[in-house]
Amino acid sequence: MKTALTAWDKVQISRNVQRPRTLDYVRILCDDFFEFHGDRRYADDAAIVAGVGRIMGRSVMIVGHQKGRDTRENMKRNFGMPKPDGYRKALRLFHHAEKFALPVICLIDTPGADPSMESESRGQGNAIAENILIMAQLRTPLVSFVIGEGGSGGALAIGVTDRIFMLEHSIYSVAAPEASAAILWRDSSKAADAAKTMRITAQDLHEMGIVDAIVPEPEGGAHLDPENTVRKVGDLIMNSLEELSAIPTQTLLDQRYQKYRVIGAFNTLATNQHGNGEPLVFP
Amino acid sequence: MKELFRRAPKAFTPGEQTPDQQTPDNMWVKCPSCGELTYVKQLRDNLKVCRCGYHMRLSAVEWTGLFDSDSFVEHDGNITPLDPLNFVSPKDNYAQKLRESQHNTGLYDAMIGGEASLMGQPLQVTITEFEFIGGSMGSVFGEKIARAAERAYELRVPLLTINASGGARMHEGVISLMQLPKVNLALARLGSIGMPHIAVMTDPCYGGVLASYASVADVIIAEPGARIGFAGRRVIEQTIRQKLPANFQSAEFLLEHGMIDMIVPRNEMRLTLARLLRLYTTRDTSAAPIAADV
Repeated sequence: MKTALTAWDKVQISRNVQRPRTLDYVRILCDDFFEFHGDRRYADDAAIVAGVGRIMGRSVMIVGHQKGRDTRENMKRNFGMPKPDGYRKALRLFHHAEKFALPVICLIDTPGADPSMESESRGQGNAIAENILIMAQLRTPLVSFVIGEGGSGGALAIGVTDRIFMLEHSIYSVAAPEASAAILWRDSSKAADAAKTMRITAQDLHEMGIVDAIVPEPEGGAHLDPENTVRKVGDLIMNSLEELSAIPTQTLLDQRYQKYRVIGAFNTLATNQHGNGEPLVFP
Repeated sequence: MKELFRRAPKAFTPGEQTPDQQTPDNMWVKCPSCGELTYVKQLRDNLKVCRCGYHMRLSAVEWTGLFDSDSFVEHDGNITPLDPLNFVSPKDNYAQKLRESQHNTGLYDAMIGGEASLMGQPLQVTITEFEFIGGSMGSVFGEKIARAAERAYELRVPLLTINASGGARMHEGVISLMQLPKVNLALARLGSIGMPHIAVMTDPCYGGVLASYASVADVIIAEPGARIGFAGRRVIEQTIRQKLPANFQSAEFLLEHGMIDMIVPRNEMRLTLARLLRLYTTRDTSAAPIAADV
């Protein structure tokens, strides 16, 4: 049954309003948690929630996108699309985690970073880039879990981690399917085609070697049994953190470097490109 | 500094393109900004900057003229793109698109990388080619910057990136997205030994390029009028359902909002970069002044 789901079906499941969100994970997994607010620069962005909590007796930093379940909450959460302030709050707390040797858990669930005049004016590109640069060097273990939508740089800004996991029906893409269709074909109504062509499912990413493991969902999706799904996610995260915590910091950083360094699909030829040479024959 | 400025050449000559790519010498080029016609040779002599100040886009090959004569040596010129998603759609075929772009530009992908010297100072460089699928950032692009940054790290020299890109290469999907951390990891390593990354943003710099290495360079220089942003203008206008001000996402707008260090016109780029490089790489105060280009 499950294999009959198309990429577009999975997009729909990943966006289901009843799908467990970051705060549901916090509620189910943490026996203690404080949400920390603000980037100390400009604002507190409710599209990202972050704070320190305890899971299975271990203190952790949790950073996650947060979508709403109704219009009012979605306005507040900006549909889970962070502004630079949200990413800078995350950045502040990444540094905080490093300082207090807390492992970091990132829960990814965003259609993408907020595209607005306001966000551009405050440096959306810079905010994302800075997070990627700092996560690359952070001297504490990081784990990310795509629990819903992994949309573009908006996801990656809290997604450069030692391990990357995905829920079975979650997606991860270079741009949301609608945006991909708009960019490629100037027609956002072709989102279903984009979803299929661009290979955005958890299974696709696992095949490409980008995602380390996939956690299965109950038939029909995580929203049909949130409690169990969240616990399974929690188990994988905590096992993984245990394993990562045993690795010496420099080794951890070297492994993180290698993890991303090898991603790419290219060929190496005997001849160099130059001027207007003869076009290459493609495999 | 004044004297140095006078002594140094004011400009660089854009590198030659291969004959079949070159515009015939008897052609006039219309400025997209002011509409005035300029004789091609004169335009090239003026670094493709119109009398009105509009900076026309340069090809990657043309940019190599920025460096000391014959100092640019290409590296990784043999890396070629693949079609990892087997991207075929009713309206789009990646393999075919690659072939067309390769034919039109003579490049395998949207990026050239290598080593060069600028007024005698060695550095590693990468230059994007916008004419190749909008200078988009895919596997080859990411690999070439990562390798340039790694060479810079090994050789302890600065890295210069010259950028014009529409963003991530959609046709390589999430593999393109993962080039962002790949590049930034290599840059973080370069930064750890105190070697600078200087980014030159030319028109346009959007999306993945901005959200990874370009906007976190140690020094960010933009050309006048370059459009720079994370989300494209069209996307933002659709989201907010109103027209954006004309100067929105211009280099001048970004300078005003604190996002870049300076705006440098093309004819001052060479000297600006040389002076900057000296500030970061010369620890010896008795070092010789920047040699005039020959």
